[in-house]
Amino acid sequence: MARLRLFLPLLVFAALALLFWRGLSLDPNYMPSALENRPLPAFSAPTLEGPVISDAELRGKPALLNVWATWCPSCAAEHAYLNALARKGVLIYGLNYKDNAEAAGRWIAEKGNPYVANILDPAGLIGIDLGVTGAPETYVVDAAGVIQLRHQGPVDERVWRTVIEPALAGLSAGSLR
Amino acid sequence: MYVELGHFALILGFGLALTQALLPMLGVMRGLRSWTQAAGALACGQFVFIAISFACLAHAFLIDDFSVRLVATNSNTLLPAWYKFSAVWGNHEGSMLLWLLILAGWSSAVAVLATELTQDMRARVLSVMGMIAVGFHLFVLFTSNPFLRSFPNVPQEGRDLNPLLQDIGLVMHPPMLYLGYVGFSVTFAFAIAALWSGRLDTAWARWSRPWTTAAWMFLSVGITLGSWWAYYELGWGGWWFWDPVENASFMPWLAGTALLHSLAVTEKRGLFRSWTVLLAILTFSLSLLGTFLVRSGILTSVHAFATDPARGSFVLAFLGVVVGGSLTLYALRAPQSSGPAGYSWLSREAALLGNNVLLIVSMATVLLGTLAPLLVSALDMGRISVGPPYFNLMFVPLMSVLAVVMGVGPLLRWRESSAGGLRGLLVGPIGFSLAAGLIFPFVYRGHWHGGAAFTAGLAAWLLSTLFAGLRQRLRERGGVQALPRLGSAYWGMVVAHIGFAFCMAGAALTSIYSDERDVRMSAGDEVTLSGYVFSFLGTRHVEGPNYSAERGEFTARSEGSTRVLHLKAEKRDYHSQMGNVMTEAGISPGFLRDLYVSLGEPIGDGSWAVRVHHKPFVRWLWIGGVLMGAGGLLTLFDRRYRRARAPASVPVTAGAVA
Repeated sequence: MARLRLFLPLLVFAALALLFWRGLSLDPNYMPSALENRPLPAFSAPTLEGPVISDAELRGKPALLNVWATWCPSCAAEHAYLNALARKGVLIYGLNYKDNAEAAGRWIAEKGNPYVANILDPAGLIGIDLGVTGAPETYVVDAAGVIQLRHQGPVDERVWRTVIEPALAGLSAGSLR
Repeated sequence: MYVELGHFALILGFGLALTQALLPMLGVMRGLRSWTQAAGALACGQFVFIAISFACLAHAFLIDDFSVRLVATNSNTLLPAWYKFSAVWGNHEGSMLLWLLILAGWSSAVAVLATELTQDMRARVLSVMGMIAVGFHLFVLFTSNPFLRSFPNVPQEGRDLNPLLQDIGLVMHPPMLYLGYVGFSVTFAFAIAALWSGRLDTAWARWSRPWTTAAWMFLSVGITLGSWWAYYELGWGGWWFWDPVENASFMPWLAGTALLHSLAVTEKRGLFRSWTVLLAILTFSLSLLGTFLVRSGILTSVHAFATDPARGSFVLAFLGVVVGGSLTLYALRAPQSSGPAGYSWLSREAALLGNNVLLIVSMATVLLGTLAPLLVSALDMGRISVGPPYFNLMFVPLMSVLAVVMGVGPLLRWRESSAGGLRGLLVGPIGFSLAAGLIFPFVYRGHWHGGAAFTAGLAAWLLSTLFAGLRQRLRERGGVQALPRLGSAYWGMVVAHIGFAFCMAGAALTSIYSDERDVRMSAGDEVTLSGYVFSFLGTRHVEGPNYSAERGEFTARSEGSTRVLHLKAEKRDYHSQMGNVMTEAGISPGFLRDLYVSLGEPIGDGSWAVRVHHKPFVRWLWIGGVLMGAGGLLTLFDRRYRRARAPASVPVTAGAVA
């Protein structure tokens, strides 16, 4: 019986090892968005294209809201993939975050425009309401204007397949134009 | 060519490690003397080949061979040569090679120095160390090869060593830390060898002690260097952040300190054998756990190594084999009873048991706080982070009780002390500590502060009980002329305990009395903080070897004094970093206080955001750490470790256990 007690350290270690094994598949930097399942914060702001846009105009169809800036290297990396998504018919709104409109215009002219419209947020105030932690971030917004998901980091084929497409597919079938 | 030579030498080193793991083990099992005898030569051979490999990598760094991917990503032609060399371990792959080199170094040290071991014991120890080396060789060769080339696209210039690492503190911190971490592999190997042979006796404890002390000494110094570096280099004026990676080095230190004391009981009295062997396994396991936490990226930390899931899985599997295997061996072979207890509650055994319980509870506290965020997210209960409030809440009471026990422990005798004699010894220290505690806050600041009084009282308690112990010892041995005969192990204990008193007092008093102000200053402005007047003289441009900097010049003087101190704080723009500006704090160090200035951002019209700190007693932290290391060193010079080295023929005291 006393011998069994000596197995105790081994059991504790086994439990810890299990925890570590689980931990390897978790991302410690992942922060859930407090706004998931809540409506988009209200805003009204000029767009890169000119006319003022408000949160109401994003309603009606499920769409992506992509936070980007010209100072952000990962945004450059994901841009080609966003173009490809737009060609597939995915609605993408851009939030041009803490950037200047001139540089953003050049960027779009150079790299192509996947966006339906680009909301300008030079001071990052909409970003604060939205809880943006850094660029790029991509939000899945449903037809009622409710945030369904927030993805931190660039969007690529893998992220699209495993994270964003499943979330979009769960919304109304009208997600594709 | 030499790069491939280095890679090849590493593979040969792996072959020797494998042989070192297997041959002596088979030799012991089959009774083949020539095989067991080969252990020492194999260990030295492994060391030689890893050293060749390490030298090749260092050469690649020193001649700026950017065809080696590691050099291209971690060095730069403008880097001073000294930092090119330290850049070898300023990255994941190179630091693992350093780890291997140190492991092989400790193996050879055992092979060369541990001559009093029986041949079989030596073979077992070296075989276990060989097994550990095999695991790390596989890790380096398969997941972290430092010798990868980047042909045909050889960059013209390297991306540079992270400027934060271009510093003397960070040149020395990793090697010291690894010497400590890896040093505990020797104690671990002794423990496994003892379990394996069934000879968990006092001889085993005697052999393990100097190696444990040596590893502990390096780890103490390594942690101290890390804390000192963070203080002057990061520019926040902090010296410990309870970051997961700091905790990863602190846990083996706590367990190792417990082991150091528990080994004393096992050696002198043959008690606590199962517990001591468990501590030996635990201490090294925590060193490995540290490696896992740092390299796998499962926790957020300021010490981000480039993380790679394959590396995490490998280290976890290795951890499973080493820790799981050794704990299984422990469960099957550890003795169930330590023999008759034979000590009273007023004995040195009991005090050391108290020390062990407190240190292990502290270690568990740190472990829990470090892993809680992981646990909560693994159970899908959201996200939490655990910070200083938790750790401070737990550590203040734990360390206070530890300090009280630490004062009494050295005054107690083995087996049993008389309560009356102890009372006589303690009257002086109790009075002195109460007086010191009551007076200190008034003398230092002119008004009462409970925390400061308590701290001063505890520090006085530690010092005065050590003094009482010294007097008692001298009285028993015939007065002052016995002073040189007390032995350096005793003085080592005294110095290390004084070091602890310094650390504790430094940590508490600097937390209580530190003050800081954020101000906007332009040339000619003055600001007063805690009785010091800081003047900003302005900034000027300076050029360093691989950076340009704005250097802010300050003077400080104590109110009512004319002595002027000069402080220089810099904002450094390293050429390789493209706008990522580094802060160098301006520090005027002192025994009783540091003055600390860091430059923030320029606000325009020549004025700067400046933060000035007054940090009383902060230096005591590192003085304490260095004293602890010095105490360990003194102990190693004790007479009993300097006996003439005869060939391994010392008879082992029979003490085989079931």
